[in-house]
Amino acid sequence: MAANTDPRPRQPWPIRLTHWLVVPLLAVMAGSGLQVLVAYPDLGPRGEPYAWYPFPGTAPPGWARIGQWLAGGRHWHFAFAWFLILNGVFYVGYLAGSGEWRRRLFRPRRDARNAAATLAYYLRLRKAPPDQGLYNGLQRLAYTGALALGGLEVLTGLAIYKPVQLGWLAALFGGYDAARAIHLIGLALLVLFVIGHVLMVLLHPRTLADMVTGGRRDRA
Amino acid sequence: MTGRSGLSRRAWLAAVAAAAAGCDSQRPRTGFLGVMERWNERVQTWMFDPGRLAPDPGPGAVSPPGAFPVYYISRHLPVAPAGWALSVGGLVARPAVLSLEALMRMPRTDVRVRHHCVEGWSAVATWHGVRLRDLAEAVGADPRAEYVEFRSFDSGYYSSWDRASALHAQSIIAYGMNGEPLTPEHGAPVRFYAAVKLGYKMVKYLTAVNFLPVRTGGTWEDQGYEWFAGV
Repeated sequence: MAANTDPRPRQPWPIRLTHWLVVPLLAVMAGSGLQVLVAYPDLGPRGEPYAWYPFPGTAPPGWARIGQWLAGGRHWHFAFAWFLILNGVFYVGYLAGSGEWRRRLFRPRRDARNAAATLAYYLRLRKAPPDQGLYNGLQRLAYTGALALGGLEVLTGLAIYKPVQLGWLAALFGGYDAARAIHLIGLALLVLFVIGHVLMVLLHPRTLADMVTGGRRDRA
Repeated sequence: MTGRSGLSRRAWLAAVAAAAAGCDSQRPRTGFLGVMERWNERVQTWMFDPGRLAPDPGPGAVSPPGAFPVYYISRHLPVAPAGWALSVGGLVARPAVLSLEALMRMPRTDVRVRHHCVEGWSAVATWHGVRLRDLAEAVGADPRAEYVEFRSFDSGYYSSWDRASALHAQSIIAYGMNGEPLTPEHGAPVRFYAAVKLGYKMVKYLTAVNFLPVRTGGTWEDQGYEWFAGV
């Protein structure tokens, strides 16, 4: 076993705190957002719906909704959005200030080859996983992607909340209706991430223990 | 380390439970959700720039014929009572009762902007009418009237606005839509139209505009929808 070369626990407390806070916050934002979608389960402006949207007129299922009705869903959404943003700002601030971003965020020159090798391993195209530190390249890509999706959801959310006062932001996403569509696509991608994330945690239960206790301080 | 994280976990669990206890979906303007709505209202008021104009989305963006949704709360299409006129009152120096012809003699403003409904859809039309700020000047609205209330003959549908939004340059008493006189489906004889609020704030089938020193509610606002509802 190597000496105590890295004094940090695998998951320092700010990481664990924000991680476990974002679980109920994302659930509330997704559920209340889907409740809002029920009121108009279509994408695109009136009279010119987006033809590519595969579920026109289909309301999300009741079990996935929070808020009971449109006004309820909106109030939940706009109340808890602040806490999601606070949590995210604290997380990003901690990553930047502590240097944790170096071992967590995806940096293509360092991680792309490792991500491809890890993917090959999962696809049984490769016998052994590549060497890795705290995370492999594929994990870094997935976590960085999820963080970017969170940022995209906040920005597209602000664009459709204030399409006139923040008209420049709505225009950046192609206008109000396009921003609303991206907001929903972002949710779908986040759901895919969560499914993959939970599956991987089930395959590697020790990572769950680390996210609760912080894990060992030394490098094994 | 474990003790500290255990404590913080308990702390946030308690916070989540407390927040959930204050989240009444049926009465979302009360409890914790109500506290957050008042906070959001302050943010929205702060974000509102009275000088910012909504962009003209261009003639190509106008919703196809029949695509702009029709909406009223009465069981049947509301029709203006005989002898209809718009009363403008409250804290004003010269209360007025204006016929449609009198309104049409005032300076006309045309606005083509995107309409944002609380349900999530958008649509575009061109609206023709009189700026409420011109009307406010004509009747001598008192600066102490910080709110403007709109009332209708659509089963009492009403809504109240902050003065700055109501007197925005694109906020008009509209009597025309897409180059035609306003139809009963869209609020004839006149409706309020604006770029800076959600659709349910723009009262159709107008009977009265009152400049008030106090804020009243609104048909949907009284049921739990946001009062400010700026976009």
